Amino acid sequence: MAPSAPSINSTMSSRMATPRPSSYRYKSEKRGMTYNIMLVGQSGLGRRTFLNTLCEREVISPPEAPNPETANIADPMRFDTYEVNIEEEGTRISMTVIDTPGFGDGLDNTECFKQLQDYIEAQFDEVLVEESRIKRNRRYRDHRIHTLIYFITPTGHSLRELDIELIKRLGEYVNIIPVIGRADSLTVEELATFKQNVMRDIDYYKLPLYNFCWDESDSEALKENREIMDYTPFSVVTCDEVLDNEFGAVRVRRYPWGSIEIDDEGQCDFALLRYILLNSHIADLINYTEDVLYENYRTKKLEVGGFGEGEDQGDEENDEDDEVLGAKNE
Amino acid sequence: MSASPNDTQDYVGFDTITQQMERKFLKRGFNFNVILVGESGMGKSTLINSIFASHLIDTQGRRAAQEVIRKTTEISPVTQTLEENGVRVKLTIVDTPGYSDQCNNEGCWIPVIKYIKDQHAAYLERELKPLRDRVIVDTRIHACLYFLNPGSRGLRPLDVEVLKRLTEVTNVIPIIAKSDSMTIEERTAFKRRIKEELAFHRIVVFPYPSDEDTEEDRVLNASIRELIPFAVVGSEEVIEVNGKLVRGRRHGWGVINIFDESHSDFVHLRNFMLRTHLSDLVEVTAQRHYEQFRTSQLRQIKELRAQQAAAAATGGAPPMPSQAPPQAPMASGVMHQPMTQA
Repeated sequence: MAPSAPSINSTMSSRMATPRPSSYRYKSEKRGMTYNIMLVGQSGLGRRTFLNTLCEREVISPPEAPNPETANIADPMRFDTYEVNIEEEGTRISMTVIDTPGFGDGLDNTECFKQLQDYIEAQFDEVLVEESRIKRNRRYRDHRIHTLIYFITPTGHSLRELDIELIKRLGEYVNIIPVIGRADSLTVEELATFKQNVMRDIDYYKLPLYNFCWDESDSEALKENREIMDYTPFSVVTCDEVLDNEFGAVRVRRYPWGSIEIDDEGQCDFALLRYILLNSHIADLINYTEDVLYENYRTKKLEVGGFGEGEDQGDEENDEDDEVLGAKNE
Repeated sequence: MSASPNDTQDYVGFDTITQQMERKFLKRGFNFNVILVGESGMGKSTLINSIFASHLIDTQGRRAAQEVIRKTTEISPVTQTLEENGVRVKLTIVDTPGYSDQCNNEGCWIPVIKYIKDQHAAYLERELKPLRDRVIVDTRIHACLYFLNPGSRGLRPLDVEVLKRLTEVTNVIPIIAKSDSMTIEERTAFKRRIKEELAFHRIVVFPYPSDEDTEEDRVLNASIRELIPFAVVGSEEVIEVNGKLVRGRRHGWGVINIFDESHSDFVHLRNFMLRTHLSDLVEVTAQRHYEQFRTSQLRQIKELRAQQAAAAATGGAPPMPSQAPPQAPMASGVMHQPMTQA
């Protein structure tokens, strides 16, 4: 039932087919790659079904109908974590998905950005601490967010203040990939115009999205990455319903005027996005997070000097070790 | 006064009043004022242009990157006169760009409520003038189309806050405008939830039950209430479907005809607003919302006068010296404290 790889370019897929022994992907193939994704967007844009469709099973079940009394009390933003193990073209991925229900749903949403930033920084801080331990934990699980998928409302106009603020604030801490949720509410022309308007806003406000073309060393890949960037923001339509037709199981949304097949690349960018997230660019996203975003954070943190005391539940021996390390760092 | 076929000696002829009224109506025309409340991108301008089959307003959404993001809700009324079969309507559409568009939407409804109350106040002022116009210009809002967000499971916190306040001052009609991204099952579930939540919060939307209702009226109103919120699709574009030209939207997977009842409630909404309940909307505004406003305003004046009289009697300084004397009560500036309480 896995959607076939979209036809970006055959060289792209072959590039991933034989992993180089020193590559991150090869080493972690045995263990299963650690991959952490965060989903952010207002309610009603399809985060839950996106995850279910991405993993091809029901990871997040539909929420039970809340009581009318509690339904409209603005819940503060939550961080719900889901662990999913998937296998993509031979690679095992140990994926953690963090959903953030409540983002942007209240009357005053200005606190949301800080909460998200704090969460992401906390994961960086954990790694910072762990790295500096004398005795490191070999089983340490990296919780740094490698990708943040941001759901934009399909208004047909341009970005809204919430969208601009979010990308502006978080772009330096995490790779942000913008998607248009519920993209089936836009016609083909409207979608094209909307994508254009959004990208113009991105340029105008200099919003830091994930730059697919960050690695300029490989010119072949660069060309493909430029083509991929033309698709941003990715239009996404997702659903829970699976239909059996003559070709097998198909995921569709059925309307009185027709049905949209989620996996059909001509109708939405979901298949392409899935391939990017779980196949072609998973290594890039992880590498950029570790080599650039985290390193920048680390440098800033150490320069400011806000680091030195290692957090430890350990015994006194460890404390002494950390003190020594702190002294070395000065 | 042409001879009627009923002209027997017992036929009095007062039933011709309907024709006399019609003639007056044709001469005078009438005002119809609608306010659109909903965040940008919900399809407000497209829908109102579709309902009246003319390009009445432009969308106020941000299109170019250089356009500034609005920091507050603006009130943007546009007036046009439409004519159909000799009947003229002076139609005012009030758009509310900026509503619910910021990160912090606390109080974004205040300009909207203030505008609606200001129109009641302006009418009251004209009514109270010693020398008043024969026909008072009516800028009162007769209908408020409230646009819900498709995809939310029910009312959002902002919706509850605003609907409570809106339903106290005007006739509210809840709408899902871009309903073409919802399947029929999703729509049904959404409508059911909205009705439950409206009932729970005691938010009463138009049409209201009335003692004057006939059996026919009750049946019609019940069927309208079933449909609420109206799941509509608007379009100003004419496309070709099976050789016919229809107003619709063309998706990659099918074509929506906005007049097709299996596709959307557009026809029902239009008939409801314009063909069956148009005069109700105008009348109920005058009889219910305006009367409530008028009563509370006049009571306040009475209390104010009583307080001033009491203060004068005790020889103290008149209370609230900053307020102008009660003879010119209804200018929006004076009683602004009570009116803008949103």
